[in-house]
Amino acid sequence: MLKARVIPCLLLKNEGLVKTVRFKNPKYVGDPLNAVKIFNEKEVDELIFLDISATTENRKPPVKLISQIATECFMPFCYGGGVSSVEDIAELFKLGVEKVAINTQAVENPSLIKRAADLFGSQSIVVSIDVKKNLFGKYRVFTHGGKKDSKLDPVEFAVQMQEMGAGELLVNSIDRDGTMMGYDLTLTKKVSEAVTVPVIACGGAGDLDDFADAVKKGGASAVSAGSMFVFQGQYRSVLITYPSIKELERELN
Amino acid sequence: MIAIIDYKMGNVGSIANMLKKIGEQAIVTCDVSIIERAEKLILPGVGAFDTGMTNLAQLGLLPVLNRKALEDKVPVLGICLGMQLLTKGSEEGERPGLGWIDGETLKFKFEKNESALKVPHMGWNSVTIKHENGIFRDMHAEPKFYFVHSYYVRCNKDSDILATTHYGHEFTSSVRRENIWGTQFHPEKSHKFGMKVFQNFVNG
Repeated sequence: MLKARVIPCLLLKNEGLVKTVRFKNPKYVGDPLNAVKIFNEKEVDELIFLDISATTENRKPPVKLISQIATECFMPFCYGGGVSSVEDIAELFKLGVEKVAINTQAVENPSLIKRAADLFGSQSIVVSIDVKKNLFGKYRVFTHGGKKDSKLDPVEFAVQMQEMGAGELLVNSIDRDGTMMGYDLTLTKKVSEAVTVPVIACGGAGDLDDFADAVKKGGASAVSAGSMFVFQGQYRSVLITYPSIKELERELN
Repeated sequence: MIAIIDYKMGNVGSIANMLKKIGEQAIVTCDVSIIERAEKLILPGVGAFDTGMTNLAQLGLLPVLNRKALEDKVPVLGICLGMQLLTKGSEEGERPGLGWIDGETLKFKFEKNESALKVPHMGWNSVTIKHENGIFRDMHAEPKFYFVHSYYVRCNKDSDILATTHYGHEFTSSVRRENIWGTQFHPEKSHKFGMKVFQNFVNG
């Protein structure tokens, strides 16, 4: 049977690996290439790399680093950050990236999703949706690394993105990011019930039970996490880890 | 020399990366004269069936591929869309496929009550191997592979089915007819399991 994917979501800033809390205070946690080597050995299901400052610094994706990552990555590899044209996407695929995640441009220029899906196939186009509750407790889609409120409702936006041809949705709760309090299951469930494409839950995972909840209660096809795979213990010391296949099977099947 | 056919259908870099990892020289190419000299061919591919066949035709690759596969009988490995193109045709499009495998490519269709099954079938799934030779020789116990596809191959001859996988129903996840091999999954993205498939293909 199909196994729910468990995906480390790794954040890049100035070509180093960082981890945020609620999208703020990026803490340096190490060298991305070293992390890929460890994750290879641990046979992780898939990797997501997001350059969290590419859009806000108006930069293109760091192609040299991405190419080095791709050469070492014998698992599916998704890249996001600063992707704003089909040319950007074509270049990433040439380097050996499987999937490209689009966030800000999906909101500002939805037709990019359609053109990209038509050209490269839906399975390679991931729309990454960063969600935060506003003052009235309503879910809103944010762009520019969580800095800008688009005023869009994530469920409606998810449906629109699916219609445009997105093959997968990475739904990230800004409020839960780095907190290890568990996923926002309400958000995960709302989005996954509204679409037929796979939803990757992200933001808040603290232990294996959270993975199981996102899949069984939230309806997610895959789960993603950052802190859980790069920190250890209450003082959050840096240690790159990934559960064993046995542990994951026990929890998720 | 192994030629990885570059017909502008998605990611070929990762296949070259994995072959390099196992110490094998491969050339990513759409050059007829290089393909002509190749000892083995890999037909990768991600994307739509008709676009794939159209690109192969427009690049003038169909005659050389047919000759290499059917007359010279060099080993050919089709991956994902590359495996689907081996069939006679697809529900996804109008154009005929290569027709090297007697079968068709069909779309995954699930009833409402199976709505938990998303399309594309994306992720790691197990594979039941019918013949543990060739590309599945000395395979690790309980192999799992990475899949991403919305269409699947239905073989008309059981003897062409090399492995099956379950997603809503059994489907053919690997085919073989003589020198023609195909995998619906992506060995280049399937860790040691995929590496073994390439090693077997290269050394077979």
